[in-house]
Amino acid sequence: MTPPLSRPAPASRRILAHGFYETRNTLRNGEQLLVSIILPVLVLIGAHRLDIVSGTTAGGLSVPGIDVITPGVLALSVMASAFTGQGIAAGFERQYGVLAYLSTTPLGPTGLILGKAVAVVCVVVIQVVVIGAAGLMLGWQPDPGGLAWLSLVLVLGATAFTALGLLLAGTVRAEATLALTNILWVLLGAAGGTVFPLDHDGPGALLLLLPSAALGEGLRAASIDGALAPVPALVLAGWSVLAVLAARRWFQWR
Amino acid sequence: MPQHPLCLSLRQVRYAVGSARSATGVQEILRGVDFTARRGEVTVLLGPNGAGKTTALGCAQGLLRPSQGTVSLLGEDPWRAGAGLRARVGVMLQDGGLPQSVRPKVLLEHVARLHADPWPLQDLVDRLDMSGFMGTTVRRLSGGQRQRVALAASLIGRPEAVFLDEPSAGLDPQSRQTVFELVTHLRDRGLGIVLTTHLLEEAQRLADSVHILKDGVVVRHGTVAELTDDGRSRRLIFVSPRTLTRAELEAAPTPMSLDGGADNEPGARWAAGGISGPQDLHRLTDWWRQIDLMPGEVSFEARTLEDVFWEVSVS
Repeated sequence: MTPPLSRPAPASRRILAHGFYETRNTLRNGEQLLVSIILPVLVLIGAHRLDIVSGTTAGGLSVPGIDVITPGVLALSVMASAFTGQGIAAGFERQYGVLAYLSTTPLGPTGLILGKAVAVVCVVVIQVVVIGAAGLMLGWQPDPGGLAWLSLVLVLGATAFTALGLLLAGTVRAEATLALTNILWVLLGAAGGTVFPLDHDGPGALLLLLPSAALGEGLRAASIDGALAPVPALVLAGWSVLAVLAARRWFQWR
Repeated sequence: MPQHPLCLSLRQVRYAVGSARSATGVQEILRGVDFTARRGEVTVLLGPNGAGKTTALGCAQGLLRPSQGTVSLLGEDPWRAGAGLRARVGVMLQDGGLPQSVRPKVLLEHVARLHADPWPLQDLVDRLDMSGFMGTTVRRLSGGQRQRVALAASLIGRPEAVFLDEPSAGLDPQSRQTVFELVTHLRDRGLGIVLTTHLLEEAQRLADSVHILKDGVVVRHGTVAELTDDGRSRRLIFVSPRTLTRAELEAAPTPMSLDGGADNEPGARWAAGGISGPQDLHRLTDWWRQIDLMPGEVSFEARTLEDVFWEVSVS
């Protein structure tokens, strides 16, 4: 007797199912929740209370610190979920053969990556809601005209950092990914132009080419000036392309 | 009897790692592997550690791209396969491939959602006796429980072909029996089953055909009956009243092994393989005469897959 032909679920259902499955796993993971939401909110409140950040609009007018710090903390949280979270999760999934197993299911390697992208988007939406709400309560006044640009920069940043996280996860041991992503998140968050704006003059301006700085600059421009900052957007797009190409070349499923 | 249709074929498959420029150079794991599997049959891959079993399975599943040769799985190239083929194939990896922080229920429900018409989860849970640990995270499960979850994950899409890499590793005898019964049930339903195992008794019991790999090539293949000469070639068991010297063993006319892993000491049971006719018996008794040995408790036993495996392994 020949059994009935097995069929896959439709592609969109497979990808969304995997995205929601990963989102659920992320939100149930205490460490991920700490790094992705709780710590960024604490940074937001701490930096606001200490009043250690100030900024200006593109026209040179000074703006309240909370308007500078909130988009920076959003950038920090996106790095946490897309880079640190996805990197560590994928690193251990690779070590335990989960990536290899899932790539043999109807999800396949492409569906697996797209499902992870859906999960990152879901988590980023939750981060924007939580951190945005906290910022608004503390007095954040984003330019309404810049919300579309803010979303675009968030997507670019999430793409670049997810690709970088997966590149790391697919090329080095899980324990090394764990250490590196955490160290880089702290370093880039503190000194890489994410939360605290970098000086645009002198040789230090080269740091603006870091994806962390580009994300922070892009979100601040969208939030404060209501405009798309072209150079940070291009920098993020460039990092995305490079990281995706490198991941395609060197990523190992197991 | 007509043969079942093929579900898998590997032709002259080679697989190498490394590069000529690296310190270790190119290492060829598979050196021209040929094997086939059929629907409605259990095909067992045997071989010592490092023989290339898991790599051959990886090429067959589409996880690894062969350096040379062709692979056809349900009529398609698994390396280029889309979701359509992957839905028809179930895979249980040697290390399970299970996420550690997820509960089996969540994982299996998720994998079921990837298929249009999955196996009802509760039925699979009952068959594999998993209801007691469906709510426990994978990292807290025993090795045998994890094996059963991985087996369930490989079957939940109602595959037409299934790869089971060491499905009974770490299982207690009762769980092993459960897995045997499920594998037999699946075979009877027409699934093509390819499995690797280190348990030769299990292989002998389940296999419709056996392929023995060594150093990256298939060195023996056939049905269990063919490999063990359908009982015509037997092994002769005798008890030696004294220790046998190396020179005496080297002069033996047929391969000698200590039965049941005993030590070479007075009273040990020795197995002489490849006894297929009176001439072999005559050469054996002649050898006993030459070394002045009067054996006790002489008996015959049918040759087993284990005998074939050891012959291949030590050759």
